[in-house]
Amino acid sequence: MIGAQGFKGKSIQASLLAKSFGSIHALREVNLEVGAGEKVAIFGPNGSGKTTLIKVMATIMRPSSGRLHIAGMNPGENGHDVRRLIGVVSHNTYLYDDLAVEENLAFYGRMYGVENVKARITNGLRRVGLERRSRDRVRTLSRGMQQRLSIARATLHEPPILLLDEPDTGLDEAGQAQLWEMLTSGYADEPTVVMTTHNLKLGMSLCSRWTVLVDGEIVSEVAKENSSSESFQALYRRYAGAGT
Amino acid sequence: MRAFRRSIDVTPGLGRSFVAMGDGLTAAISISRAAVGPPSFFRQVGAILWKDLAVELRTKDILSSMLVFGLIVLVIFNFAFELRGENLILVAPGVLWVAFVFAGILGLGRSMAQEKERSSMEGLLLCPVDRGAIFVAKMLGNLIFIVILEAITLPIFAAFFNLPVLTPGVGLIVVLGTLGFASVGTLFAAIAINTRAREVMLPILLFPIIVPVIIASVKATAFVLDGKPWAEIWPWVNLLIAFDVIFLAVCFVTFEYVIGE
Amino acid sequence: MSAVSGKGGVPTRKGDNLVNILGFVSFLLIAASMYMGLVFAPEEAVQGPAQRIFYVHLPQAVGSYIAFFLVFLGSIFYLWKGDVKWDVLARSSAEVGVLLTSLVLITGSIWAKPIWNTWWTWEPRLTFTLVLWMIYVAYLMLRWASEGKQGARYAAVLGIVGFFDVPIIFLSVFLWSKGLHPRPAGMDPGMLAALIVSIFAFLLLFTYILIQRWRWETSKEMVEEMKLKLGR
Ligand SMILES: Nc1ncnc2c1ncn2[C@@H]1O[C@H](COP(=O)(O)OP(=O)(O)OP(=O)(O)O)[C@@H](O)[C@H]1O
Ligand SMILES: [Mg+2]
Repeated sequence: MIGAQGFKGKSIQASLLAKSFGSIHALREVNLEVGAGEKVAIFGPNGSGKTTLIKVMATIMRPSSGRLHIAGMNPGENGHDVRRLIGVVSHNTYLYDDLAVEENLAFYGRMYGVENVKARITNGLRRVGLERRSRDRVRTLSRGMQQRLSIARATLHEPPILLLDEPDTGLDEAGQAQLWEMLTSGYADEPTVVMTTHNLKLGMSLCSRWTVLVDGEIVSEVAKENSSSESFQALYRRYAGAGT
Repeated sequence: MRAFRRSIDVTPGLGRSFVAMGDGLTAAISISRAAVGPPSFFRQVGAILWKDLAVELRTKDILSSMLVFGLIVLVIFNFAFELRGENLILVAPGVLWVAFVFAGILGLGRSMAQEKERSSMEGLLLCPVDRGAIFVAKMLGNLIFIVILEAITLPIFAAFFNLPVLTPGVGLIVVLGTLGFASVGTLFAAIAINTRAREVMLPILLFPIIVPVIIASVKATAFVLDGKPWAEIWPWVNLLIAFDVIFLAVCFVTFEYVIGE
Repeated sequence: MSAVSGKGGVPTRKGDNLVNILGFVSFLLIAASMYMGLVFAPEEAVQGPAQRIFYVHLPQAVGSYIAFFLVFLGSIFYLWKGDVKWDVLARSSAEVGVLLTSLVLITGSIWAKPIWNTWWTWEPRLTFTLVLWMIYVAYLMLRWASEGKQGARYAAVLGIVGFFDVPIIFLSVFLWSKGLHPRPAGMDPGMLAALIVSIFAFLLLFTYILIQRWRWETSKEMVEEMKLKLGR
């Protein structure tokens, strides 16, 4: 069984999460609950704290205060177990320029202790359309290809929770259309997804819950079935305009 | 319970299955087919180290800059101190170690900057890996690079100044001195990279702390060159060993607090 | 959870009074120790009047060691417990410690000039103090060069590393050069009395400075916290 059905509770529970850098308050009192298998989109203007929120949930940034539970576990105590459940795609690709495509994946495979690495690498590369380039150095790939590889990297260990920070960065039209396919085609059960993007259309079509983050606070949360994309876009513009 | 889990955290690879009795994790394991069992501490150290060495083997970024810099230091000191005749044996060990330490600092800074540049340190932090394993791998990588630098510089130094430095005694001192220097250096490089004025921060933090390493290494090297009996050299070697042991442990434990934001 | 606890650090009227009394008492004692050191204690036979600087020099040295130990304690507890008050203790102590080592170096040079006929010599205890001074100046620079909790963690790590280094530096510097520091051989009772009074007086004064610094930093943390609560 793959997928998030295994947990009884929520995949992500964040309450009163705050993060400040010196005197800059990137996040203030964020409350967010994401159920197993749920897909949540986070929209917000530049500097509103989206990346910070994703990094805190991905356990690579410590929150200044507040509580965070991933699959019922506290990352501060069960860091390893939490991290094994998470895959992150962001505008940083986390790839090594001077290693070949397959070497990058092999490295992460070893770090996660993935079994059958060879087969999984081949699979992953096929999913993102890079099987022909497996011997090339990452340096020689275009930006969009690197983003594709980054998707293969993040899903190599088949994490039930995907945290995506502008995963569409650099992807061409076909790539954006296939984004979901590339991310989740290896899964038997739907993974939990939290994603940020500046592409409202894309985010709205992929996710079933739409939230707006402004100035480090979630100011609006809308379920897909309760709203039309037009009215949400209008709502978003109001917030985004006021936020900056 | 909390303390119990923590204690497991510091013994990587051991007993993690005990934690599996916790409710969240049982679920977690049943749902993740791909990642079966945690890779051991040493496998992860090996993976990171392999990655660093492979990258360096292709770019030669760190080694080449360290090497050129080390040679320049030797040449400059030759002019500054008139390294000939009488004062040679007095000054030469100091010159050698200043070259090692300066070039080493350059390498420490570069290797951490590489992790920072493309945020690859974040990629490492995402992995289910002990922060101590990251420290050990980075430290070993730095140690290997600096020792290679030293292995190339020593014969050149011997030729330049006609001094018999290619002996097992000097080799031992060099490795012991470099180990202490590399362990504190790795820790501080991780700090300095995230500060203002990062280039100057590393030497400012590192030099005062490694004063004992510098004193002991220079003295011991000088004694060996002077043909002093080992009875006189041992106190210095012991000091180096003490420094290495203490700071390997201290840096290993504190490293987790200096990475990530 | 909150950074600044409602207890301990909050400056209150009552606390003010106690601290003021402490300040006043330490002021009186310093005056007394000046009298004891400069007038009451007999003149040293060999060194003459220069020896009297010893009555401020030694207390400063003792005070700086205590301050650096407090940096260490504050750092350990900060990393362990994560409570800002420990960080405040560490950073206040580091400032006081650097101030004191600076004074130790200065009074030491003033003393060395007539006695050894030089402002500076690479004598082990002087060298040791200088290295110590460099470590904790680096500590203060690190605080300046980094921010927020990350900066506090960095500083704490340096506070711990630095402290573990102290005995090794001491050993290496002493092995490195044989010392010519004066040894307190057979002290006159009058001198001893003056010394004890001045150590006591200076320690009270340092405690007073430390507490004031600590209260100031704590208030600053509280203001930050309130700003955060108010949303800007
Ligand atoms: N490492 C850092 N140090 C200091 N401030 C930071 C840091 N990272 C983020 N910030 C600040 O935190 C705030 C939120 O930044 P964040 O990157 O989370 O925004 P974002 O919503 O992802 O923006 P974008 O849409 O541009 O990606 C900004 O004001 C930013 O300046
Ligand atoms: Mg962002």
